[in-house]
Amino acid sequence: MTDSATAVADPAAADPAPQAQGPVSALEGRNWGDLAFRGVLTTGALAVPVLMGFLVWELWVGSRLAVDQFGFDFVTASVWDPVAGQFGAVPLIFGTLVSSFLALCIAVPLSLGVAIFLTEFAPTRIRQPIAFVVELLAAIPSVVYGLWGIFVLIPFLRATIFPFLRGLFGFLPFFQGPIYGPSMLSAAVILAIMVMPYIMSVSREVLLAVPPSQREAALALGATRWEAVISAVVPYARSGIIGAVILGLGRALGETMAVTMVIGNRHEIAASLFAPGYTMAAVIANEFTEAATDIHFSALTLVALVLFVVTVLVNAGARILIWRVARGRPEGGRGL
Amino acid sequence: MVVIMGFSVLVAVLPLLFILGTLIIRGAGSLNLAFFTALPVPAGETGGGGAHAIVGTLMIVGAACLFGLPVGISAGIYCAEYPGTRLARGTRFLADVMNGTPSIVVGVFAWTWIVATQKNFSGFAGSAALAMLMVPMVMRTTEELITLVPHSLREAALALGYSRWRTSLSVVLRTALPGIVTGVLLAVARIAGETAPLLLTALGSQFMSTRLGEPMAALPLVVFTYATGPYEEWHRLAWATALVLIVVVFLLSVAARLATRQRFDRQG
Repeated sequence: MTDSATAVADPAAADPAPQAQGPVSALEGRNWGDLAFRGVLTTGALAVPVLMGFLVWELWVGSRLAVDQFGFDFVTASVWDPVAGQFGAVPLIFGTLVSSFLALCIAVPLSLGVAIFLTEFAPTRIRQPIAFVVELLAAIPSVVYGLWGIFVLIPFLRATIFPFLRGLFGFLPFFQGPIYGPSMLSAAVILAIMVMPYIMSVSREVLLAVPPSQREAALALGATRWEAVISAVVPYARSGIIGAVILGLGRALGETMAVTMVIGNRHEIAASLFAPGYTMAAVIANEFTEAATDIHFSALTLVALVLFVVTVLVNAGARILIWRVARGRPEGGRGL
Repeated sequence: MVVIMGFSVLVAVLPLLFILGTLIIRGAGSLNLAFFTALPVPAGETGGGGAHAIVGTLMIVGAACLFGLPVGISAGIYCAEYPGTRLARGTRFLADVMNGTPSIVVGVFAWTWIVATQKNFSGFAGSAALAMLMVPMVMRTTEELITLVPHSLREAALALGYSRWRTSLSVVLRTALPGIVTGVLLAVARIAGETAPLLLTALGSQFMSTRLGEPMAALPLVVFTYATGPYEEWHRLAWATALVLIVVVFLLSVAARLATRQRFDRQG
């Protein structure tokens, strides 16, 4: 089209205007309404990459100062002292990883249990209501979880579960030491409740995507319903379920308010899960508005950048795994 | 085994009941007319309310919709109408990345972008951060729902001589509209409860402020400040504010689900 336009244009006329009309498909004709429509939509669609690029750029520029000053030490040093200008993120990274990992340990068995129960065993009538109720958990704002954590969950854990755990597993370093209340374990419990709906709803979608023939084949070979689920359905959906779990991990890593309110906020690495800790997201929420020096801002921005990169990697991994199972279903069926 | 799984369902549902139960028990008593009309009183005194936070949340979320909805919906239509283009694929991928970005990171971005350059905290910066959280959600729902519209509808409109943009707007988009409204309601429900980005942008305020260029209060910020504060009276107000917040969020979510269900019932 561009070629023919060039050919038609008078070579003597240096004015490039005829070409500028552009390659409009012959079938569509030159419909200005369509062009304008597409232009508006393109602007909207461009906004997303532009904003994301801008976000990365701002975080990158903002964290330069800290990167120049600390370099790799930032992720190997463990002293965080804004007054002395010392910033090491190890306790933050440790706290983020440990709280999220513990949360998954609690949430994964529960949410898989619910997902399998809802797709395979529950009477059809109660499936939808239960899924709805569990998903409502995802709608509760995280600050409300935090409030509930401070005034209900922590007193409960401190009075019952923690002493029980200390009595039972007190020989392990994880369950020793004084019980304060706000602690790594409290944060993990809150996080577990918060990520459960995500893991549950995604693994439910994945289990629903398993072809009925898998199930039927196992049943025809004489398996019980439970054996069919364990030997035929779950293995088929395995990578999707792992994807769901990683997606939950992504949520847990970036969760801010509820964790800030119950983890105790102390820059320390303690073996005991009853001791307070800190996470990357929580330190930003707590210190950003109170930071006074440029290097403090820069260090916090660097924490944000690290958190961003980690969650992007985790989420990308999760999506790839989920797609591998959910592929072949209609585009709208993923419900993600 | 089934018994164990039934038990896990019970464990999964219990937190919701507990949270709702405590919210109602501890919050409902403090909900009176004064809560919705009064401003906070100095710390240590009894009484006071959350009128400033209600106004703040409405304004911040409203402004966020003003930025977020046009961008999200047009990006969604683009990805559905021109699905194979490089821009559509890139936008779709980056929207997923954006959706998984922790909200506190978006808060830091809004801070460096708006607060740091204007040198003051503002409700506007909060709106920008919330809009950014809203765009990917609205975009993906719009796209998915437009793709669900049967091709025959589009073809019929084109065959009748409608131009492409009129087909998209008055036939395809109109068919998908109830679903898109659902997606928008869910997105609003989610950003209304967001706290972390507002901490770094809107900051919170003890006064009634209706100017987006200044620090503003919002319901989630009030819950956070009062919950972590030292006064009994503050804790009481925190529960009441949280109850209001969650009622708003649940009403939006339930309305959204009901709208979808009706739509699908009608179709099949």
